[in-house]
Amino acid sequence: MAHLLELRNIRKYFESQRAVDDISFSIDPGSIFGLLGPNGAGKTTLLRIITGIFFEDAGEILLNGHRFDATADLSMIGYMPEEKGLYKKMKVGEQAMYFAQLKGLSYAQASEKVRYWFDRLEMNSWWNKKVEDLSKGMHQKLQFIITVQHDPKLIILDEPFSGLDPVNANVIKDEIFALAKKGNTIIFSTHRMEQVEEICDHIILVNQGKKLLDGTVDHVKQQFKENLYRVEMNPDHSLPKETEIYEIIKDENGLVVFRLKEGNTANVVLNYLLQQNVTLRSFQEVLPSLNEIFIRLVESTPTARPFQTV
Amino acid sequence: MNKILLVVKREYLTRVRNKTFILSTVLTPLFFIALIGLSTYFSHNNSEELKIAVYDQSGLFTARLKSSSNIHYTTVPQNIYDSFVQKKPVDAYNGLLHIPNINVDTPKGIEYLSEKQLGVFSQDKVNSDLNDVLEQERMIRANIDTARLSEIRSNSVSLSQKIIGEGRNGEADAGISAAIASISALLIYMLMFIYGTMVMRGVMEEKVNRVAELIVSSVKPFQLMMGKILGIGAVGLTQFLIWIVLFVVGSSVVSSSLSDGQVHTLVNSSENLNNAQMISGVISDINSHLNIPLLIGAFVFYFIFGYLFYAALFAAVGSAVNEDPQDAQSMMFPITIPIIFSIVIMTRVIGDPTGSLGVWCSVIPFTSPIIMMARLPFGFPGTVTVWELVLSILSLIIGFLFTTWLSAKIYRTGILMYGKKPAWKDLIRWAFRK
Repeated sequence: MAHLLELRNIRKYFESQRAVDDISFSIDPGSIFGLLGPNGAGKTTLLRIITGIFFEDAGEILLNGHRFDATADLSMIGYMPEEKGLYKKMKVGEQAMYFAQLKGLSYAQASEKVRYWFDRLEMNSWWNKKVEDLSKGMHQKLQFIITVQHDPKLIILDEPFSGLDPVNANVIKDEIFALAKKGNTIIFSTHRMEQVEEICDHIILVNQGKKLLDGTVDHVKQQFKENLYRVEMNPDHSLPKETEIYEIIKDENGLVVFRLKEGNTANVVLNYLLQQNVTLRSFQEVLPSLNEIFIRLVESTPTARPFQTV
Repeated sequence: MNKILLVVKREYLTRVRNKTFILSTVLTPLFFIALIGLSTYFSHNNSEELKIAVYDQSGLFTARLKSSSNIHYTTVPQNIYDSFVQKKPVDAYNGLLHIPNINVDTPKGIEYLSEKQLGVFSQDKVNSDLNDVLEQERMIRANIDTARLSEIRSNSVSLSQKIIGEGRNGEADAGISAAIASISALLIYMLMFIYGTMVMRGVMEEKVNRVAELIVSSVKPFQLMMGKILGIGAVGLTQFLIWIVLFVVGSSVVSSSLSDGQVHTLVNSSENLNNAQMISGVISDINSHLNIPLLIGAFVFYFIFGYLFYAALFAAVGSAVNEDPQDAQSMMFPITIPIIFSIVIMTRVIGDPTGSLGVWCSVIPFTSPIIMMARLPFGFPGTVTVWELVLSILSLIIGFLFTTWLSAKIYRTGILMYGKKPAWKDLIRWAFRK
C-alpha cells in the first residue's frame, strides 16, 4: 500500500539546536499515527515542517506519492497547533468560515462544511457569539472544527485534549476515530501515553531531534517486553523462588509475577506450573506500558538539551 | 492572490464594522472643529474688560488716552489716587494709572496700582496707548503735521510675484502655498503614523493570541502580512473619504444656510464685506495659483506609498515583539526617527523649497512623502522639477518594494518566535538569512 506521507532523512538545524536530525518515517492512509517525545524533542518543529511553515534543511517529504509542495498541498492538511489561538473579537461562525475559505473552499462549500460540523458538535447556538465568550472546552471544539472542516487528507493534532474534561475529550476522540475510519490520516502528537495506547496504530518516539523508536503499538511493546508473566492461583500453594525456568519478582497472596529465563517459552512454564499441582486462575503475559517504555528511553538521555552551536 | 484578498477582506471588515472606527471617524472632525472654534473664541475674548482710573499730574494725557473695547480710561481726581496709595482700592476701577509730571522725551515713573496683575496683552495695550500719546505730543513739539504723516504712510506696497517659465504662468502667493504645504505634509505624517501603528498592533495581536501559527499553515506569511497592510490601508482610505465627504457636505450646508438671509446682514457691515471679499479672493487665488488636480493626485500617491513603505516596517517590528507593549515602543523608535525628522525639517523646507535639504529629502523615500508634499504647492514644474518628481516617485516605489521584501523575511521568523525580546541585530540577521 502506498504511503500517504513519507519523510526521508529530514533535517532542520537552528542556530543553537539540531531540532530535527535525520528523521525518516512513513504513514499509511487511514491510520492514526502517534508522534511522541518529551518537551523540546523536536516534535513541533517536525510538525511545522510537515505543515509547510518551516522548510527542511535537507531531506524530502512525499505526500500522496508526490513531492510535498507547501503552496499547492496546504489544503490537504489540517493543523491544530499546540498553542491554541483564534481571533478573540471575531464571531465564532465567521471565524470558521474565514479559515475554511483560507484553505481554498468557495463560500458555498465552506458554508456547507461549517454548518455540517457545527451541527455535529452542537455548536450552532454559538454561531454569533464572539470567540472571547467561549469556555475553554468550546474554544477547543471550535479549534477542532477549524482543523478538520475542509476534510483534509492529513490531520495533524498537537495535544488536542489539553484542557478538556473527560466528556468533551471523548467527543473529540470519537470524531478522530470516525475520521480515520473514513480514510483520513491523523498525526497525533502528545506526551500523554495512555491516550496514545488507546488511540494510535503506529508510533514513533523522538528525542533530541532523533528517532528512537518506530512501529505499531503492539510491536513496540513486544520489542520492549521483559518476558514477565503474571499468574493468579490459590494462595495455599507456594512456588520455589527461583528455578531453571523462571525467577519470581513479586509474590503476594497468590498473585505471582515472574520473569522467564532465556530459552524458555510460556508453554514451558505453564507445563511446569501444572506439574506443581497449583490451581491456576489466570495466566497472562505482562507487556510494558508505553509510559514505561517512554520513561525508560528518555531517562537514559539528559532531560534538557544542552545549548550547543551547530 | 485570492488568499491575500480574503485576508484583506477580514482585516477591512473587522475594523470598519468596529464601533471605535465609527466613533473615531465621526469624532475626529468634530474634535478639530471644536478645537478651531474654541481657539478663535478665545482669541477674540482673550483679554478681560478693564476699567482704569487715570490720575494725570502732567496734563499731557487727559482726554488723549483712547479707550478701546477692552480698556476704559477715566480721568480721576487726587482723592481716588490717595485711596489707592493707602491700599484701599476703589471698587469701580480695576486699577489706577499714575502719571507724574514727566518729561516728554524721557518719560519715567509712570506706574500702575492694582490688586491684580495685568495680563500680558493688557499690559502691551496700555503701553502702546501711552506711547501713542507721547509720540503725538513729540511730533507736535517738532512741528510735524500728523495728518500729513499718516497720509504719507498709507498705501504701502504688497509684493506680487509672477513666476515665469514653461507651463505655469500666473501669480503665486507664497502664503497660500505655505499653508497648503504644511497642511498636506502634516496630514501625511498623521496618517502614516496612525495606520502604521495600527498595522503593528494587528500583527502583535495575531502573535499574542497565537493565531499566527494556525494562519501560516493555510497562507504564506507574506500573504498574511500583505493582506493586513492592504486591508488597513483600505480602512485608512475609507476613513479619509468619509472625512472629505463630511467636509464637502458640511461646508455646502454652512454656505447655503448663510446665503439664506444671513449674508445680507453680514454684507451690510463694511468690515464683514471686506472679510468676505478677502475670503473669496483667497479661494480664487488658490484656484488660479495652484494645480489642484496635481496636488490631490500627489497627495493620494504619497499617502498610499508612504503608508506602504512604513507599514511593512511597522509589521516587522510588530512581529518581533512579544506580549510587552513597552518593547514595541522601544523597537518602534528607529522607524519613527525619519518620520519625525521630516516634520522637524518641514518648516525649513517650506521657507526654502528649492534648497538642497528640501530637494534631497523629497527624493529619499524615508522622508519624501512628507517633504515632497511640503514642496509641491510651490509650483510644478518650477520649484519642483520634473526629474525630481519622477525620481521621487520611482525611489518611493522601489523603497516600498525593498522594505516589504525585507520586512517579510523578518516577519516570517518573528511571528513564530516567542520568548526573549530580539535585538535589532537579530532582526537584521533574520532579514538576510536565506
